[in-house]
Amino acid sequence: MLNVNDLSLVIKEGNIPLLKKLNLDIMPGEVHAIMGTNGSGKSTFAKCLIGHPDYQVTAGVLNYTYCGEVFDLNSLEVHERAHKGIFLAFQYPIEIPGVSNEIFLRESVNEVRKANGKITLDPYDFAKLVREKMKLLGIDESFLQREVNGGLSGGEKKKNEILQMLLLEPQLAILDESDSGLDIDALRMVAAGINHFRSPENAVILITHYQRLLNYVRPDFVHIMHEGAIIKSGGPELALQVEDAGYDWLTGVGV
Amino acid sequence: MKAEVSDFSRRDYKYGFVTPSEQEEFPRGLSEEIVAMISERKEEPGWLLDFRIKSYRHWLTQKQPTWAKLKIAPIDYQGITYYSKPKVIDQELMDAFEKLGVPLQENKRLGNVAVDAVFDSVSIATTHQKELLSHGVIFCSISEAVKHYPDLVKKYLGSVVPYSDNFFATLNSAVFTDGSFCFIPKGVACPFDLSTYFRINAAKSGQFERTLIVAEAGSSVNYLEGCTAPARDENQLHAAVVELVALDRAEIRYSTIQNWYTGDEQGVGGVYNFVTKRGKCLGYRSKISWTQVEAGAAVTWKYPSCMLIGDESQGQFYSVALTNSKMQADTGTKMIHVGKRTKSLIVAKGISANEASNTYRGMVVMMPSANGARNFSQCDSMLIGAACAANTFPHIDVRNRNGTVEHEASTCRVNEEQLLYLQTRGISREMAVSMIINGFCKEVFKTLPLEFAVEAIKLIEVKLENSVG
Repeated sequence: MLNVNDLSLVIKEGNIPLLKKLNLDIMPGEVHAIMGTNGSGKSTFAKCLIGHPDYQVTAGVLNYTYCGEVFDLNSLEVHERAHKGIFLAFQYPIEIPGVSNEIFLRESVNEVRKANGKITLDPYDFAKLVREKMKLLGIDESFLQREVNGGLSGGEKKKNEILQMLLLEPQLAILDESDSGLDIDALRMVAAGINHFRSPENAVILITHYQRLLNYVRPDFVHIMHEGAIIKSGGPELALQVEDAGYDWLTGVGV
Repeated sequence: MKAEVSDFSRRDYKYGFVTPSEQEEFPRGLSEEIVAMISERKEEPGWLLDFRIKSYRHWLTQKQPTWAKLKIAPIDYQGITYYSKPKVIDQELMDAFEKLGVPLQENKRLGNVAVDAVFDSVSIATTHQKELLSHGVIFCSISEAVKHYPDLVKKYLGSVVPYSDNFFATLNSAVFTDGSFCFIPKGVACPFDLSTYFRINAAKSGQFERTLIVAEAGSSVNYLEGCTAPARDENQLHAAVVELVALDRAEIRYSTIQNWYTGDEQGVGGVYNFVTKRGKCLGYRSKISWTQVEAGAAVTWKYPSCMLIGDESQGQFYSVALTNSKMQADTGTKMIHVGKRTKSLIVAKGISANEASNTYRGMVVMMPSANGARNFSQCDSMLIGAACAANTFPHIDVRNRNGTVEHEASTCRVNEEQLLYLQTRGISREMAVSMIINGFCKEVFKTLPLEFAVEAIKLIEVKLENSVG
């Protein structure tokens, strides 16, 4: 589904390299956890996948398969990537003043449906769908009339991101620290949402600092990032090792 | 992918064309002689000439006000043509209005809206007059009204905005040329929406519009106003006076979409828009509602107001003021509570992009007689880009212990992160901008008639295209 080969990338402002020859292959049905120290390039990679305008790919391959067709992601606009099933749950979701969740979510779902040749949902059908998903995440009814991410706690914002994932049903979901700042109940809800979402057709990239989430969402692969590249990959046990021993033994620092 | 800041030039202004028209023009400049010539050309009765002369003499003693937060190059009042009229009203002129989306021919005109079309200094056509008259509704140009209904005009002209009201209203009282007159008789709900379309075409000319709407007891009317001008390098002056009178239980809803030429991105050219609009809720439970979408003009100075004199009368003011590039707007309202249990509502939304300045200026007065009066004001500003400015100057004057006045204000900023967030959810950049703007303005847009609301949304979108960066 996703084929990243020797990908290098700079931040446009200052032309500073942030990703250096990163390699990663993702197949349908897989969950990949990406761990690493602060500043190792995890979030940069996530933003690169959605086409964040601050970054520029300088070398390597970034191919993505959707409906049997291979796309060079660099050639797609941000919203086109969303139409083709790429979704990022933001680490810091953005507030949109004056726009209600209901309108935002419905427009978003319908834009993606339109782009895929599906009929759009009328407000009634949409309300049914969104309420069902909200229930799953324990989100209160009043949420729909509130401004997008306005006046929400950190935990509520993260739940809103998961709600959007459930509504848009992307093919590739990238969750950037969706577990940070959550209490244990909220963490369980978020994990339940991710597990509900998992299917043989889609794939998930979990960016996290902690093993904690991985107790609830079992990854197929764990990757350790350092200085803009994946330096070690393994199974779920790798996350446990990192939890125990930190990153130093992998990065060579302090050895 | 970041758009360059401001692509807001005359090529985006589709109303910027000039209609070639042979004009009958007075020499430039203003004098008592010119004022008399205007009155003579319009074959006015003596009382109106006296009104003009009295106004002109008063104007000579006045200075252009400087209290607004506007930077304006000195206006050369002697460099303006005060009367400019197409020599013949031909097909080309009719076509010009059709190009503006206002067809005037009998077979093409808009079904449910009666239109008065004002081109430079004269009204060139008014539609649906016969049907309206069968309901007793008078809708014609103010010049015609002076001829055919002099008593009505004499009774109400200057009764809401006195000739000595302010510098620009005084100037208008001396030299006003055309505008609309609407009279809705007792108990009649006007069967059509009435509208006036103002077009300034001639170079170096001013437009001095005068509109008067009278709604008798128990009547109601919706009035719509639209304005455009060609893209010219010189500034054009528009100094209008609009007076509304609502008697017992009468209701007037007055909506404006103002899209005068704004000048180019360097601030060259554009219309100077100095407008005095005021409504008098004279009757018990009368109601006047102003809605304005101010999206054009280089300078806007405008405060549609309500004098709430009748007991339990109501005034409303809904406004979206958009400024971009070098545009400046100082706009707001005045609500003067005189009668008992009078109510007023103010919803003002200011959008300021690039280097523009946008000021809300409001005044709420509760007179000693206004027992149990209430006001609620909400003023929200949206900033787009880092170099723009938004100001709010609310003035509250309460002289009655039983009054309730509430004022809320907020400021927000549209940024790249918000647009990106919406884009990652499959919403295109253009749609993301319009979603944010519509969300911000929805309380105002929903007070407009449907077709007008659609037009307003489109207008705001066009004006902000590529300016979010």
